[in-house]
Amino acid sequence: MASSQVNGPVRAVHSPAGWGLSLGRLFTQHPIVSRMVSLGLFFLIWEIAGRVPISYAFPTFLETLSAFVTMLLDGSLFAAYGSTLQPLIIGIAISGAVGVTLGIVMGLSRTAEWLVAPLFIVLQSAPMAALIPLITFVYGIGLAAKTLAVIMLALPVIVLNGYKAVRNANPSLVAMCYSFQGTKLQQIAKIIIPDASPVIFAGLRLGLAAGFIGVILAELLITPTGIGDLITYHRSVANYAEMYAAVVSIILVSTLTLAALEAFEMRVLRPEKRRG
Amino acid sequence: MTLSTASIHALPHAESAAVEVRGISKNYKEVEALRSIDLDFPRGKLTTLLGPSGCGKTTLLKIIAGLIEPTSGEVRVNGKTVTGPGPERAFVFQDFALMPWATVMRNVAFGLELKGMGKAERQSIARHYIAEVGLTGFEDKYPHELSGGMRQRVGLARAFAVNAEVLLLDEPFSAVDEQNRRKFQEDLLRLVEKERKTFIFVTHSIEEAVYVSDRIVLLSRRPSRVSQIIEPKVDRTASPDAIRRDQGYLDTVEEIWQGLKHYVD
Amino acid sequence: MTLYGYRVPMMASLLVWCVIWELVGQSGLMFLVPPLSAVLVAGYSMVQTSTWQAAAMITLHSFAIGMGLAIVVGVSLGVLMGRFKAVDELFSIWVNIFVSAPLSALVPVLMILFGMGETTVIVTVFLFAVWIIVLDTRAGIQHVPKSLIEMGRSYGASTFALYGKIVLLAALPEILAGIRLGLVRGVKGVVIGQLLVAIIGYGELFELYSRSFDMENFWALTIILFAAAMLMSAAIEHIEKKVDYYAGVR
Repeated sequence: MASSQVNGPVRAVHSPAGWGLSLGRLFTQHPIVSRMVSLGLFFLIWEIAGRVPISYAFPTFLETLSAFVTMLLDGSLFAAYGSTLQPLIIGIAISGAVGVTLGIVMGLSRTAEWLVAPLFIVLQSAPMAALIPLITFVYGIGLAAKTLAVIMLALPVIVLNGYKAVRNANPSLVAMCYSFQGTKLQQIAKIIIPDASPVIFAGLRLGLAAGFIGVILAELLITPTGIGDLITYHRSVANYAEMYAAVVSIILVSTLTLAALEAFEMRVLRPEKRRG
Repeated sequence: MTLSTASIHALPHAESAAVEVRGISKNYKEVEALRSIDLDFPRGKLTTLLGPSGCGKTTLLKIIAGLIEPTSGEVRVNGKTVTGPGPERAFVFQDFALMPWATVMRNVAFGLELKGMGKAERQSIARHYIAEVGLTGFEDKYPHELSGGMRQRVGLARAFAVNAEVLLLDEPFSAVDEQNRRKFQEDLLRLVEKERKTFIFVTHSIEEAVYVSDRIVLLSRRPSRVSQIIEPKVDRTASPDAIRRDQGYLDTVEEIWQGLKHYVD
Repeated sequence: MTLYGYRVPMMASLLVWCVIWELVGQSGLMFLVPPLSAVLVAGYSMVQTSTWQAAAMITLHSFAIGMGLAIVVGVSLGVLMGRFKAVDELFSIWVNIFVSAPLSALVPVLMILFGMGETTVIVTVFLFAVWIIVLDTRAGIQHVPKSLIEMGRSYGASTFALYGKIVLLAALPEILAGIRLGLVRGVKGVVIGQLLVAIIGYGELFELYSRSFDMENFWALTIILFAAAMLMSAAIEHIEKKVDYYAGVR
């Protein structure tokens, strides 16, 4: 028990998704064999289900794979991703800058907390997707609309993580800084923000996951571009293999990105958790 | 007459108390934790606050540190009233309070870093105290790479590094396993001898208190008051193992236990 | 926050935001934001229409079925993953992928597989909600102390009693937390599903009101939806608090 208590009582704060989100550990803890077996089994079932076929609109795994390779080679996937990732990156950058700042301010000031926290608590548990159709009225169907969709879904979780991380900064470390006569500014810069940074970063990661949902939703609902358009288009011409390939590719891209971020988080920001 | 009194306060000498506690009371809402405590902590000695768990000994220590405000009463260090933490006092935390993102070196030098001391200077001071607590070679390690006992040595070195006259230790060994604790107690005695500082030490272990203390202040159960002050008659020039078998040591442990027994339920 | 010595409850600040909304709406600066009072009036008459009631019933129906399935499947799979290493290794990669994957991209696939109807929405709710329930249940089961299970065995508990009386109850705080997070995700799922299918329930009304620029009704719809989501989450949180006392001490 003592070794897990690096700094006093176990911290109450963990990412809003609980201990669940462990894509990073996925790639380190489980032996590679069982992962391969699991993946292989899934693809096998997919292939069999496609050959039966369970539905006219259910391509086999191999058809989907070959469609994926074709789309990769003819460049249509790359073009689509260019259009999808751009608003995602801009949106996350804006949400990150605004959200982390707001979260830190809320964590430090009781008044800001009182005023702003409930708003974001509502926004985080509410289905913000309902508001996406509104965006078109103001921002049309261009880059701005997609970026706004990303921000709407990503901002609440980033703000709330930053706020909780700062609010729950290890009180023992704060007392330590105070006992060595650290100023309020030193306390914030040298203790609170470093202590909060892993959770803030986790918020950015969760924000990105929400942003992926937002950008795809915007592309499916309001602006026919990027991966969303690829999905809609191939569906409309009944190219189901291509459609499935596009869907799988976006899940793959988001999973790999999030896993890489979580691995980074574990390695760089939480060295004390690496062994446990 | 007034003049001479003033001069005594201005020039503290070895006989005067380094820390004076006057009429300290502390209430948490309805709960009365401390009731009008008066205590003197002699300069250059190690005084232990000992009492049943939950008796408010840590609260008293944190009031002396300036981390908690008393409900009434005052604490004077070298005659000056305490209003908050100050450079003449340094605190060693029960849970170590080490920054997990900082190396041993940065943790030990942290008090100096906060004071704005230059990097080279504070690191050379930190290096000295890292050696004093026996952690040479671990300067670039992170807290999670150290055992509990080693972590508390870092906490101790950090407190020594700021060169405070008064060191406040809040159950520093409670999160350290038994073997390491014994070794640590021996090292602490050596450092007390060497550094010539005033130590105020909180523990709930009778043996530990008798082993390391010049004076032991027994606190009663809540609302806590000073129930007894004991000066263990232990020959500290003897070897550590001899001390633990010393009749004076054993008698004092027994005496304190008889005094505390009725508090245990 | 405290004001003149009184503790002002945190959620009270939402009233401040309502006032700001009203002021912005009254100013008429943004045509997207009608005054809150107008929205409330519109909402009051909207809930009396049969259109809204039918849409709400369909939405609740899909949500309830999808959530019910997600809870049954999620808790069962979570228990299996928590107790059996083989099951854990087989499923953990998929659960971990889907818990954070952009599932909105899957809805078009569901639409061609399950048709443009309620089934698609139910499956969407299920897919949004189930993974977090699995993960939290699994974590809860794994946190059940070995000694508690050994205690059950040593007193001769049957496997059935062991799970029913010890394992599931000991993991209850985590399971409830998973269900609460699942509910929040499920609400998002039902909205996203209906928006994309666009011809049933709330999604149809959203589509209708936003196309006809009927902002009062649009916002009334949104407020009811948000309030329902918040109330549900608060209800589960209330139950969670009742078992919270042993979440930390096991």
